[in-house]
Amino acid sequence: MLRPRLIPVLLYKDGILVRSKSFSFHQSTGDPVEQVVRFTEWKSDELIYLDISRDNLYNSDQGMSTVGSTSSKREHEAYHTENFASVVKAIAKQCNIPLTVGGKIRTLEDVQIRLKNGADKVSINSMAFERPEFITEAAEKFGTQCIVASVDVKLDETTNRHEVYISNGKVATGLNPVTWCRRLEELGAGEILLQSIDRDGGAKGYDLTLIKKVTEAVSIPVIALGGVGNNQHFVEGLEAGASAVAAANIFHFTEQSVIKVKEYLSSVGVHVRL
Amino acid sequence: MKVCIIDYGVGNLASVQNAFALLQVDAVVSDKADDIRTAETLVLPGVGSFEAGMNGLTDSGLIEVIAEEVMVKKKKILGICLGMQLFATTGFENGEFAGLGFIEGSVVKIDDTKENIRLPHIGWNDVTVVNGHCIGKGFKNTPIFYFVHSYHFMPKDIGVVAGYCDYGGEVVAMMQKENIFGAQFHPEKSHIDGLQILRNFLSC
Repeated sequence: MLRPRLIPVLLYKDGILVRSKSFSFHQSTGDPVEQVVRFTEWKSDELIYLDISRDNLYNSDQGMSTVGSTSSKREHEAYHTENFASVVKAIAKQCNIPLTVGGKIRTLEDVQIRLKNGADKVSINSMAFERPEFITEAAEKFGTQCIVASVDVKLDETTNRHEVYISNGKVATGLNPVTWCRRLEELGAGEILLQSIDRDGGAKGYDLTLIKKVTEAVSIPVIALGGVGNNQHFVEGLEAGASAVAAANIFHFTEQSVIKVKEYLSSVGVHVRL
Repeated sequence: MKVCIIDYGVGNLASVQNAFALLQVDAVVSDKADDIRTAETLVLPGVGSFEAGMNGLTDSGLIEVIAEEVMVKKKKILGICLGMQLFATTGFENGEFAGLGFIEGSVVKIDDTKENIRLPHIGWNDVTVVNGHCIGKGFKNTPIFYFVHSYHFMPKDIGVVAGYCDYGGEVVAMMQKENIFGAQFHPEKSHIDGLQILRNFLSC
């Protein structure tokens, strides 16, 4: 029996890992490589590692001064990496579970560099909107299984309509997520990473309506992201139809966080890998 | 050199190499016939379509040397995911294509007409180990492995099946025929259980 997947999302910004709220506020959560080792040991089913650096800063010394830092500054060891590829290489060495890498992917070469350095999949967001055939080209070249289409969605509360956004949630596209996700499947995406922007960091649970609509419309697996604040929220996401439930903030700052969530899921009858 | 991971232009070779590194086993990624000849064991990784995989092997010019090492000299080989599928006689992904023919059988699409069967089959699935094959030894509990595929191997002789999982029916997960081993899942991405498969392969 296929096990529902539980996926921590790590946000990499300017040399360090951060947590995020509404796609804007970022706070340091720790070392880019060490965290991967920990999350792998804690039986994460997969890791998603997103590069959200605004500039091309890949040195943690610089990074620490650009985000709201926490006590984790104390022992922070600097990673003097030249580029994101070397970060991918360092984390892939420690990560013997599936690793999806996203952020700033605009060319087939960008995909290749990430895969060559040890990523198993790449997630593609803005570029899919700007040039949809890019998804097809990447799927043809690297296989549909390693192309994760990342879709960021915002709910307009006045009209109660969902809309797809790109460029780190800043630019509205006018697209309806259901139509867009169907299209992405046709183009060759192997999975969809469905993220709710307005739920990000709010801890109020997933946008279940969105998950239901999209999972009913596509036949490829959907990974839900955005809004988890407690263990029950994961259960809701799976019940709404997601094949995998992802979260970022809830996994940080707690020892054994992934194991604890899995123990809870197992206790309420969700058949997770323990 | 203990392991030669065959580079024929498809697949995430770094992951496989990283997994052997975790076992402290010397594994080299190579597209050179000499390395395939001198290595103690071979790994044929691969992701993507059957056709692309066979084209990659053909273009690399390595089919002859692999066939000689595996079929004549009986060198151990582990096919991973598409790598295992390429051992088949025929692949039916977007057409009909000849495979390496190391294990008689065909590669066909998973039946996705049943409810809740989404393709690709992505994620962690329990594998029922078939006794009598050393590739599946050493598990106290039912092992769980990470799968990513839409097509599966249907061997002519079911005696080569070393393990299967349930996804809309029985899906062959592991195979063993003499010196030829296959994993439909990704042992290099299946945490502790996956490393056990790599260990088994080396010690079989």
